[in-house]
Amino acid sequence: MTAALHLAYWQTTTIKVLVVMGVIPLGALVLAYVFLLKMMSHMQSRLGPMEAGPHGVLQLLADAGKFLQKEDVFPERADRAVFALAPVVVLMSAFLLYVVIPAGPRLTVSNLDTGVFFALAVSSLSVLGVLMAGWSSANKYSLIGALRAAGQLIAYELPLVLGVVGVVIQAGTMSLQGIVQAQAHGALLGFKTLGEPYILPQALGFVLFIVGAQAELTQTPFDMPLAETELVAGYMVEYTGFRFLFFFMAEFGTAFAFAAIGATLFLGGWYVPGVHGTAADVLGPFVLGAKIMLVSFFIFWFRFTYPRFREDQLQAVAWKYLIPLALVNILVTGLLKVVV
Amino acid sequence: MAVVTEFQKAAYVAGQAADARVNVEIEAEGMTLNIGPQHPATHGTLRIVVRLDGEQVVWAEPVCGYMHRGYEKLTEVRTYPQVTTLVNRIDWLGSFANEVPFILAAEKLMDVEAPPRAQWIRTALFELGRLANITLFLGDMGVQLGALTPVFYAFRDREHVLNLIEAATGGRFHPNYDRIGGLKEDLPKGWVTEVKSAMSRIRTFCDEMEDLLVGNEIFETRTRGIGLVPAAVGLEYGLSGANIRASGVDWDIRRDEDSPLAWKHCDWKVWTHPDGDCFARYWVRLQEVREATKIVEQLLDGLPSGPIQAKVPRIIKVPAGEAWVHTDNPLGEMGYYVVSKGGLGPFRTKIRTPSFSNISILPWLLRGVYVPDVITILASLYFILGDIDR
Repeated sequence: MTAALHLAYWQTTTIKVLVVMGVIPLGALVLAYVFLLKMMSHMQSRLGPMEAGPHGVLQLLADAGKFLQKEDVFPERADRAVFALAPVVVLMSAFLLYVVIPAGPRLTVSNLDTGVFFALAVSSLSVLGVLMAGWSSANKYSLIGALRAAGQLIAYELPLVLGVVGVVIQAGTMSLQGIVQAQAHGALLGFKTLGEPYILPQALGFVLFIVGAQAELTQTPFDMPLAETELVAGYMVEYTGFRFLFFFMAEFGTAFAFAAIGATLFLGGWYVPGVHGTAADVLGPFVLGAKIMLVSFFIFWFRFTYPRFREDQLQAVAWKYLIPLALVNILVTGLLKVVV
Repeated sequence: MAVVTEFQKAAYVAGQAADARVNVEIEAEGMTLNIGPQHPATHGTLRIVVRLDGEQVVWAEPVCGYMHRGYEKLTEVRTYPQVTTLVNRIDWLGSFANEVPFILAAEKLMDVEAPPRAQWIRTALFELGRLANITLFLGDMGVQLGALTPVFYAFRDREHVLNLIEAATGGRFHPNYDRIGGLKEDLPKGWVTEVKSAMSRIRTFCDEMEDLLVGNEIFETRTRGIGLVPAAVGLEYGLSGANIRASGVDWDIRRDEDSPLAWKHCDWKVWTHPDGDCFARYWVRLQEVREATKIVEQLLDGLPSGPIQAKVPRIIKVPAGEAWVHTDNPLGEMGYYVVSKGGLGPFRTKIRTPSFSNISILPWLLRGVYVPDVITILASLYFILGDIDR
């Protein structure tokens, strides 16, 4: 920041908190509208909501208004405190994820040296919320859903983390800002001008990341914790009103944050060739936003197309295929890093 | 004053015992999960009580009757022409196919035969009912497995079939079009060309489903080898229709038995599959839809001209006697056993519905499977609640 814009610590902190508080709900709103309401509808040869605002853009606000008016129902035998806290925990993990994502050379909430580590660690917090929700609801469907979620997220954390390790090795840093800079200054096959988005050298890592993220987000084909037709939305089954809204926001907020991490790690984050300095700070958020939409397009495309696996089949996919593949990826990346 | 007979007492005690067995005794060990009566996978109000060990089913029992409407008894206080209105509502997705066997039974008792044109139109509408029914299954199976998109394609293309049924009969869901000795009225103008385009749409839909689901690896891992019904077991439990054909039993009443309807004039094939699993049941139904479109097209190409109503008295009285007529309905073998004492309406009617027999295999089939497979098996056996509970 220039000298004229020097702000006190509390001022920058307030701004940062407000940005994170604003970005996640906004991102969730955008993703839910563009993908859930519109892309899914068009894929299924229907229009989706069209009445609230032009092309139904205000539909989600109307839905939120509806949820807020609803009665806050607690099941009779629920553990009230845990039941009330669970959606907040899930939503919190989405907020925390966004803390480390850089939107420009100087636009970061917090440039942690271990940014990747932080993001992946925080993302598993949501499992805790899911387990809390499932257990405290005192409902058999919720419980099955929550236990499935726990088993699944533990199994898929590994390929996700191991898939990202390749990027970390190649960039030589765990800071997300550093990884973006490494991609900006990288040279792909000797061409320095375009930088080196890691999706090309780390294509396998990207696939592992997308699959792992899909499972973390409990999106089809890994949506057994929700399993609309078996468990009737699993751990969310007893939630109504604004607590359900929290889960809904967390679902899309986390998708947004994961897409942001994917865009940062594999697509060069805020970087676009030829833009440097202050211009990058101005353009950065938009470039990052476009890349986020691209990554989340894939996530939702799979979600609306595929049937879901069975829980044991999902574990088999993770342990038999994804984790060995991730280990091979790390080995090859490490060897190349040492040799080249 | 009502006299309670010994038989009624015994029936009451047996009923209480059955309730107790379902409600109390099963709570003994393991986790008991009530799937239904309100559950999206049961398409209505079927209740399946499963006892779980982890996610594995140890024991399962379907409990039906939550939507019992007593059609067999109700037919006794209706006249013959009124009964079609009732039986329309048994299998509500392919309703016209419910009317046909009853009308045929009444015609058999009266020794009346509808003119050829009526028979051909009946057969065409019967097959349209099959299309309206099974296309929905083809999409719904995807939803039960978590793929949201196919069912919307199914609804989109099924709409054209429903429009055809509506154009011909006046009712989209409940045609009530069949009459003793013929039909309510002739086909509207231009209907035949409409049918042609709708049939090609349905075939495109089948190709889409082949791409989206049958060719999908996840769909295969979820359905292959799941819910295996050996032919002998299937026959013992009285499975019929596509469910038994998927177990390799080459049996189709439309082809194997002589009927006044016009299937014998068409060139079509009965598909079977040797595996007997959920995949086979899906695949057989997919082929069945393709064959049905062919049947409809052939029937309309060779549609004979002439009257659509045979001579019957204005007030229909059916001579005393008994008749059993069954057909291969969309869900399986459906039959009516009609007993007449010479009155205006049936003296007794027994309705054999396919879904009721099809779900009777569930306790045998669900032992040892995982909870997600319960849903797959339910979806692939394909029942309609109205068809179970009547």
